[in-house]
Amino acid sequence: METGWLLPDLSDPTSGEFWRGCARGELLVQACAACGTWRMPPRPMCPRCRSTGVRWEASSGHGRIWSFIVPHPPLLPAFGAVAPYNAIVVALDEAPTIRFVGNLVVAADGEINEIDPSTITIGEPVRVVFHQIEDVTLPRWVRA
Amino acid sequence: MARRSSTGLIRNKTAVAGIGQTAFGKGLADTELSLACQAVSSALDDAGIDASEVDGVASYTMEPNREVDVARSVGLGDITWFSQVGFGGGAGCAVVGQAAMAVATGQCSVAVAWRARKRADPTSRPWAQAQARLTDSSQWTRPFGVIRPVDEIALLTRRYMHEYGGTRDHLANIALAFRKHAARNPASTMGHKPLTRDDYMSARWISEPLCLFDNCLETDGALAVVVVSAERARDLKQPPVYIHAFAQGLPPQHQTMTNYFNDDPLRGPAWTAARVMWEMADMTPADVKVAQLYDAFSPLIILSLEGYGFCARGEGGPFTDDGNIEWPNGRLPVNTSGGGMSEAYVHGFNLILEGARQIRGKSTAQVEGADVSLVTSGEGVPTSAILFTKDG
Ligand SMILES: [Zn+2]
Repeated sequence: METGWLLPDLSDPTSGEFWRGCARGELLVQACAACGTWRMPPRPMCPRCRSTGVRWEASSGHGRIWSFIVPHPPLLPAFGAVAPYNAIVVALDEAPTIRFVGNLVVAADGEINEIDPSTITIGEPVRVVFHQIEDVTLPRWVRA
Repeated sequence: MARRSSTGLIRNKTAVAGIGQTAFGKGLADTELSLACQAVSSALDDAGIDASEVDGVASYTMEPNREVDVARSVGLGDITWFSQVGFGGGAGCAVVGQAAMAVATGQCSVAVAWRARKRADPTSRPWAQAQARLTDSSQWTRPFGVIRPVDEIALLTRRYMHEYGGTRDHLANIALAFRKHAARNPASTMGHKPLTRDDYMSARWISEPLCLFDNCLETDGALAVVVVSAERARDLKQPPVYIHAFAQGLPPQHQTMTNYFNDDPLRGPAWTAARVMWEMADMTPADVKVAQLYDAFSPLIILSLEGYGFCARGEGGPFTDDGNIEWPNGRLPVNTSGGGMSEAYVHGFNLILEGARQIRGKSTAQVEGADVSLVTSGEGVPTSAILFTKDG
């Protein structure tokens, strides 16, 4: 079903594996196969040692809110319908410069506008959950 | 860090000899191509140079009008140098600076640089267009509702407020200062509408913590400048506006607009451009009498004040207090024509013309003794900056 949501191309050669991990319930981080350095967003070469070798490693799925916003219209129709909603940036506990943009929700399949934005604080602990839209599984975050 | 050659500096070797612009507005009847041609033509008239002499052209990669079309309409000569610069609002000063490099190195002798834009055209609002599946870096932000440029910058703004204690009052200082400056500028689109702190604080949100008045305008219009050698400029109609230094900046591990993924996201491209620009200039931030800082969003002013060295990190907010960025008495009057937030938003090109007018002594908010004038392009994207001077 077409939802009008903006979604990634799952066949993208560089990042497709991240999205396939989400579908399995894993929050993966791209790691250099040669030196082990994590990187986010994914890219074809390690900026530390220039290896093109890649492996995907499971993260803890635990992090802290690094920043957040509350978008209001005008927005694309699918997003305008749930505005105002929150969007957050989460820094992983085990690697604070590995960050993910997401949404803070009450439960995996809740709407992205169910948390009172005035209660969101930078630094609060969150954990990843997963939610399917069309054929894509997106990571989201609940309070830990 | 590798030392740069000092013999190759373009310092004061070129000058802006002509400036031109169309009216600013919404829903202008003319096409973007017509607007571009009118701006280029008026800049050539201002310089007193015939169109057939133009042999260099430069614009943004986002510019809708191709060089061939502008050249055929305006009647330009044999073009021996043409170039475009990427990254939207980061390009403005680089377009002019690269034209200066081309003139200084003899690739051309008369270069014109321009930007024409109609915001009414759906292509000028990329985020609102129908999207196929995302394959670029937007796949890490848009599926989560971080869709518009304002959302992207709001995430950095909230983090800035958290780290440094920046406030909405600081952002209001910026919006109010620029509106006051616009009120003196008959070409501005918002000068007729006064803005109070109450108006600001009660405005509707666009992306919290940013409200309506933290955003630039949407404007139709075009602007152009003519760049020639300093020697030639001294023989022309207008007093030369020397291009003293020019720099571009793209720091390590930077991601354009959504720069949330490195060690220090609040230290953006401005710091890189500033480092190089001050290395190449024979002056310091204390010598700058007036600045036009790129203002697609008000928080970019705070980051730019820090990045270009007018204050320490975290002090950009308080720098805007006490009228410090206001004409005529502020320590550093900023965006004296009203800028992108209150004059017109033409991807920052109007800031370049205002920076040049300050050196000519022709601004509607003229800073007394403005012999050094800084213009910057977008912070938050790979960027550029120019120092204009009165003395060559
Ligand atoms: Zn490596």
